[in-house]
Amino acid sequence: MKLSTSLIISLIGLGLAVPASAQVIYPLNRAEILAGSKFDLKVEFPVVVARDKVSITLNGVDAVKALGGTLEFVDKEDGQEASSYLLRNVTIEKAGSYSLEAKAGDASSKVNWTVFDTPKGKIAKNIILFIGDGMSVAQRTAARMLSKGIEEGKYKGDLAMDDMPYMALVSTSGSDSVVTDSANSMSAYTSGHKTCVNALGVYCSRAKSNLDHPRVETISELVKRKQGLSVGVVTNSEIEDATPAGMVSHTRKRADYNDIVRMFYDVKPDIIMGGGSPNFLPKATLGSKRTDEDNYIEKFKSEGYSFVSTATEMRAASQGGATKILGLFNTGNVDGAYDQKFKKGTTGKFPDQPDLAEQTKIAIDALSKNDKGFVLMVESSRIDKYAHSLDWERSVYDTILLDNAVQVAKDYSAKHGDTLVIVVADHTHMVGIIGTYNDDLPGTTPREHLETYQNSKFPDYKPDANGYPETVDLKRRLAFTFGSYPDHCFDSKPHLDGEFAPAAAGSVKGTYVANETYCTPGSVKVVGNLPTDANSGVHSADDVILTAMGPGSEMFHGRLDNTFVFRAMTTALGLAKN
Amino acid sequence: MPISRRDMIVAGLLSLATFPSKALAATAEVLTFDTLYESFGVLGLKFSAQVLALKDKPVSISGYMAPPLRAESDFFVLTKNPLSICPFCQSDADWPLDIMVVYLSEASPLVTAGAKVTVSGILDIGSFIDPDSGFVSQLRVRNASYRKA
Repeated sequence: MKLSTSLIISLIGLGLAVPASAQVIYPLNRAEILAGSKFDLKVEFPVVVARDKVSITLNGVDAVKALGGTLEFVDKEDGQEASSYLLRNVTIEKAGSYSLEAKAGDASSKVNWTVFDTPKGKIAKNIILFIGDGMSVAQRTAARMLSKGIEEGKYKGDLAMDDMPYMALVSTSGSDSVVTDSANSMSAYTSGHKTCVNALGVYCSRAKSNLDHPRVETISELVKRKQGLSVGVVTNSEIEDATPAGMVSHTRKRADYNDIVRMFYDVKPDIIMGGGSPNFLPKATLGSKRTDEDNYIEKFKSEGYSFVSTATEMRAASQGGATKILGLFNTGNVDGAYDQKFKKGTTGKFPDQPDLAEQTKIAIDALSKNDKGFVLMVESSRIDKYAHSLDWERSVYDTILLDNAVQVAKDYSAKHGDTLVIVVADHTHMVGIIGTYNDDLPGTTPREHLETYQNSKFPDYKPDANGYPETVDLKRRLAFTFGSYPDHCFDSKPHLDGEFAPAAAGSVKGTYVANETYCTPGSVKVVGNLPTDANSGVHSADDVILTAMGPGSEMFHGRLDNTFVFRAMTTALGLAKN
Repeated sequence: MPISRRDMIVAGLLSLATFPSKALAATAEVLTFDTLYESFGVLGLKFSAQVLALKDKPVSISGYMAPPLRAESDFFVLTKNPLSICPFCQSDADWPLDIMVVYLSEASPLVTAGAKVTVSGILDIGSFIDPDSGFVSQLRVRNASYRKA
């Protein structure tokens, strides 16, 4: 319960005890901090306090003395009647348990942190982190069925991501809520700190400006600063989207794409590949989404990057020995595997977009030229985007896409023995395979065509050489089912010509209704189970599966918090030992 | 919910009506979203020769009316397809690149939001910031009227 300042003053005047509305401290309680990694310490007082009445101690020692740095004491933060204490860019060099106590008069708050060391030093030269965005167990199972085949209950092959020696269950909730989004969940992997939905590389404080929140260091910044490693960020989403942005960004708001482009430029990962070109173009260029005249393509080129916008140009740059590549292959997201194979989506406008597996190989070729080593993040982002739009075939094709890229990394790791390869999702969706749909059954509605239990005979998807079924338009196909949805029309059939768009904007701004285009004979109108401002499916809080191979992979087992992935990666690299 | 007779009559009139009621009489060149741009690439867009030649001339174009900021307004955004999915769209900056902003000759109740409409008016090219809303547009139809397509 928050008390107004005037009420507090009147209570004090009456000699009554004021309930200590506690000061809030960032990093949060139970934070695990890599020894030597930079972070901002912020204490937010609920009222205006005098600077000399405040005592901030780390294990009993005054924080400025213990941590160094310049103290910023703000009497009234953002014009509010509340003071803040800030020590930016501090590090704790020695591993151990730390207590940060913030006292102002009678009111006192305390948080405990664990600062961890990396005692074994560098056991892995390189790390390749694969993110299957939104990849839940159902997509793995379906990808295995579609690309490897199943007969009499036994699969005819394993996915590359299955065949890895270590596996763990990873919990993904953020600091503020049960269900996470891709921003704070990626931030947990790249910084080891939990934050709130939509935030990247910062804690969610009360600062008004998105750029003014207490920061934590990203793995990209750490490996460049401490070990001179090369960094790669490869995705098929807009490069500014949350997962790739998590490798470089410090912002409370993932949607601030123009700031994120600037952050990519500040960190300068050596390999940057994705979509989202409009936020790199100066405002004067038709098609730009910037509000300034900065031309980031020219800026990167002047830093020695080869700029490429097609798969052909990418190959040429690679063959030419480029070690720094900026690849932007679409104005929006790069088309997924289904649309690239069947020439749908935006392939008419962008006929030469790259394949994630080939990009992984090209990125490894370029990054491995740095004999100090590299950290590469590769994301198959549309597993999630197609799950949002309830388009399971496209979501599963992009799971197969991810798997093909994983195979490239595994081959490299097996050959060199010095590379930790991790495959994980950032969060899940509400998905499950409940049987099969069979068009040969009588009836005009999907439920009359649904086969469950003993009737759900194995469908016969025929995969091509890359594991993608030659067609998904089968009479008997998987009943891959979504459990969270807006109002939409459903007919159980694959969306052959383009990504499903289940809901469309309603006439009342901010609401969504079933997209009438799909309300054809044979379909049923499903009443959504989500609030009316939802236009697509939502994430779920279910744990994700992580698999790993290579030096350091033995750290992954049992159930882990998602922040542990950062700890394991930095431990494998021996990042505290410099 | 059963549709009332009054609603049916209104719907019938709407399908015939032009908004605002004073329509532009001049013969308009028909534009389509597919032919607005000569090139649409990673490095930006270029208007087609047809569009450049029609600057300040009467045109008509069909598309979908995006739900407006206010129920009664003198401008709305016309898109090639009905507004599509954007699960984490946080700002109006997430509009597709190829939108047409329509400035009506007078404000009218935008009763056909979400529907396919045909817009007629004068083609205006160039960067413009709407003084009221701050909305930035590159391509506009001014002095416009519209009817259900």
